[in-house]
Amino acid sequence: MPDTLTKFIFGRLTWDSLPLHEPIVVATFVAVALGGIALLAAITYFKLWTYLWREWFTSVDHKKIGIMYMVLGLVMLLRGFSDAIMMRLQQAIAFNGSEGYLNSHHYDQIFTAHGVIMIFFVAMPFVTGLMNFVVPLQIGARDVSFPFLNNFSFWMTVGGAILVMASLFLGEFARTGWLAYPPLSGIGYSPDVGVDYYIWALQVAGVGTTLSGINLICTIIKMRAPGMTMMRMPVFTWTSLCTNVLIVASFPVLTAVLSLLALDRYVGTNFFTNDFGGNPMMYVNLIWIWGHPEVYILILPLFGVFSEVTSTFSGKRLFGYTSMVYATVVITILSYLVWLHHFFTMGSGASVNSFFGITTMIISIPTGAKIFNWLFTMYRGRIRFELPMMWTVAFMLTFVVGGMTGVLLAVPPADFVLHNSLFLIAHFHNVIIGGVLFGLFAGIAYWWPKAFGFRLDPFWGKVSFWCWVVGFWFAFMPLYILGLMGVTRRMRVFDDPSLQIWFVIAAFGAVLIAAGIAAFLIQIFVSIRKREALTDPTGDPWDGRTLEWSTSSPPPAYNFAFTPVVRDNDAWWDMKKAGYVRPLSGFKPIHMPSNTGTGVILAAFSVALGFGLIWYIWWLAALSFVCLIATAIGHTFNYHRDFHIPAAEVTQTEEARTTLLAAQG
Amino acid sequence: MKRFGALLLFPLAGLLSGCDLVVLAPAGDVAAQQRDLLVVSTLLMLVIIVPVMALTVFFAWRYRQSNTAATYAPDWDHSTKLELVIWAAPLLIIICLGALTWLGTHLLDPYRRIDRIEPGQPVTEAHKPLRVEVVALDWKWLFIYPDYGIASVNELAAPVNQPIDFRITSSAVMNSFYIPALAGQIYAMPGMETKLHAVINRPGAYSGFSANYSGAGFSGMRFAFHGLSDQAFDQWVAQARAASAALSRDNYLELEKPSENEPVRHYASIDPDLYGAILNLCVERGKMCMNEMMSIDARGGLGLAGVRNTLPLQYDKLARRGAVFGNDPSYVASICTAEEAAAARAASDATPADWPARNLSPLRGAGLLRPGTESRRAEADTPSLGLLRREL
Repeated sequence: MPDTLTKFIFGRLTWDSLPLHEPIVVATFVAVALGGIALLAAITYFKLWTYLWREWFTSVDHKKIGIMYMVLGLVMLLRGFSDAIMMRLQQAIAFNGSEGYLNSHHYDQIFTAHGVIMIFFVAMPFVTGLMNFVVPLQIGARDVSFPFLNNFSFWMTVGGAILVMASLFLGEFARTGWLAYPPLSGIGYSPDVGVDYYIWALQVAGVGTTLSGINLICTIIKMRAPGMTMMRMPVFTWTSLCTNVLIVASFPVLTAVLSLLALDRYVGTNFFTNDFGGNPMMYVNLIWIWGHPEVYILILPLFGVFSEVTSTFSGKRLFGYTSMVYATVVITILSYLVWLHHFFTMGSGASVNSFFGITTMIISIPTGAKIFNWLFTMYRGRIRFELPMMWTVAFMLTFVVGGMTGVLLAVPPADFVLHNSLFLIAHFHNVIIGGVLFGLFAGIAYWWPKAFGFRLDPFWGKVSFWCWVVGFWFAFMPLYILGLMGVTRRMRVFDDPSLQIWFVIAAFGAVLIAAGIAAFLIQIFVSIRKREALTDPTGDPWDGRTLEWSTSSPPPAYNFAFTPVVRDNDAWWDMKKAGYVRPLSGFKPIHMPSNTGTGVILAAFSVALGFGLIWYIWWLAALSFVCLIATAIGHTFNYHRDFHIPAAEVTQTEEARTTLLAAQG
Repeated sequence: MKRFGALLLFPLAGLLSGCDLVVLAPAGDVAAQQRDLLVVSTLLMLVIIVPVMALTVFFAWRYRQSNTAATYAPDWDHSTKLELVIWAAPLLIIICLGALTWLGTHLLDPYRRIDRIEPGQPVTEAHKPLRVEVVALDWKWLFIYPDYGIASVNELAAPVNQPIDFRITSSAVMNSFYIPALAGQIYAMPGMETKLHAVINRPGAYSGFSANYSGAGFSGMRFAFHGLSDQAFDQWVAQARAASAALSRDNYLELEKPSENEPVRHYASIDPDLYGAILNLCVERGKMCMNEMMSIDARGGLGLAGVRNTLPLQYDKLARRGAVFGNDPSYVASICTAEEAAAARAASDATPADWPARNLSPLRGAGLLRPGTESRRAEADTPSLGLLRREL
């Protein structure tokens, strides 16, 4: 085939793009391929394709989409964690002239991919999934405001994840660090496909995140049950609202800044180049104007989870609900005024640095108030130490340390000696693992029975808990110390042998965390096996306080046969106290949205578009863009968007529950 | 597990005593002041963190379900006094910390000249600062001593108790200049200059490095920083002057090419304008310096002619890589009349094809190929490129 034709068809994709010379990647590829083939074969063998497509992939049910988000987060956690443990191993052995087992080409991709995956494709799907599942149930709604958009958002997130995963086996990922600072990420210094993978994966996933943010804001504003005023919303719903406001206000900045970087790389503009008046520092500013709110996007919903869990397991109303709400809102606003603390060391003046340092510290006031509120919720309570509560106490003890080191880093002169050091790495893992991840595990253990109708096995949960908590301290306390020894991040080899022992301890911690992840997977597996014994027919296994516990577990497609009426903060607690009687008759047909495969198709075209742009396969990019637009327009002519669940079916479902409840006595 | 923790502390303490916590025990006065602020802030925060952690454990234990003796108040959810305390306590701490921050940030501003050598010893007229110009290269450090006319690669030396004025820039990508024993770090960025003022109080060999990831050779971007007595420093300067190499612009362009784990190297003399040229991205002949361009622009620019007069400004695109789409745009390389051009051609007896092949290997960046091209040859074979280079 003539050269030009090959080039037209395949762009810059050649046989050399396959990383056949990297044995680690080849081995991973073989493992993933075998696992993938086994999975696909199993699905085919058990004839599950139709089931998956009809009941899950095309579903617009917020509960199923929420669960799919969690599955995505879990799968990507395994990938992101593999990167982490490879880094730990490399840093533990690359001493005394040893190069370790990773060359810089490979190692630099690994730490970039670790950061990108953990933030965008682990933490974000987990958090979005939790909000998706819980929020409509908590506010007594039947679904989100825009059910189709919800499905589309999910598949766009998956699309981004697919592009990141493709970079492992086709070409390479960025070697720039997770925020891809130019000029290093510019075409001049990173001419390969890595940064293009980064850009288009985040752009595709970013569409999903932004739309999902809009969707949840609308849902919370417009679809609350009658009587649920803003100040009667559960705290998790409040924190979700604030998070989604942050998403909608900050993700467009990310989209814009990545578009500018893409223009620099594709059409030769000079926004962030060294020459022609470009200014790389502008990129750093813009990306952190998104990046700082992003960390609050991640943590706020988990603050909500801790509030729900503390109150439920202490058997007590949440202390200081109003101040909790205001603290959340204050954090939301302040999170926009602190971005410069990520680059005090880039030469801003002392007054600018002090301003951003002090605004950062001010955030610790509402955060501190929240910690106190949880503390005084426990005070004079009757605390049941089920798994969610264990995670919460571990969070409170871990997070305050991370908060303290965070405020320390907000003092500019201290930041000058600790910026980019392993102390910083320890700090943000301390808040992200100690806050976000512990919160997710608390949330998963808490709402699992609601989603599936049976509890998680407590034994394996406790194994996982202790491995995670102890592993975390082992993995990151050495990094604090190394930071104080002046060790900087992203190093591949070291020349000072006295550091090695600390990296070995950190690697041991990472192994413990690996055991924690394994125990978590075993916990899920064992719980599914023992689901009969762990079953929860009541729908309210924890003596809950909010509306999601008033319906069955798992909830029916329509969530609530009758929309609940809310009179107090803890609506379900109030209903239980007031002697609420479940209505047994008078059911009406329920209006519901129909499933559609359009979201999957649109996301597939987006992935193809991104792939074409990454590899310079222009015909593919153009074609998939046209198809994308055509499908979107075509979908507007789809008039089969809703249906009614007949009253008879609702009656049948509700009667089944009545029987179940009666069997409980 | 908690009981285990206490046991584990013993070996940990042993480990800690054996390691060099340079950030907490620096050898320079600026870093020492930064350390003090770090320690004071930590203690200030511990005032609130320790009680919170203790209360968490205490409440968790006291109000456990099995302890039926403890008071249970399921509907108690508000107390104005308590709310005041829980907002006021962090607020007070932050007010103290904020005041410390404001003062400390201004006093320890790296751009500010230091006013003391060490506690109780102010900087006087007698202390003439040592000027050092720092350039972060891919992937090594260049230190220029303009007052001595010498330069070194991956080795920095300074006399103790003498203020040092650093001027810092980079040739390609962002780095961060950091010697933990001396003072806090500051970024080194291409086309921009940052400043750092510091002093080293104890003689010794300390390590310095880049604290911002800058690409493949980043791990090896380390240098030794020697705090020396005055005599030893003079010897070090003499040693550098005895080196055979000179740092001309051409030598710099060679040095600038990406390389990893470079050995220490000294230059006996330097081009005095070199640092300014590096900062303004115009070391290569034929480049217009950024400050010149800014000066032209400040006077209204070159009008329409200036729009195409861009080749002398190219920096990141040294190999004329162009954009992904379409051909390289054409630029005005130099301006001459048709007669001058003909005369120049006549003066050269060689035809363009005979012109000696010039070294067109990329100066920086990993294999600066034009996006989408497969081989380096495609780049080197472009006749217009050779022509342009020749004219430059």
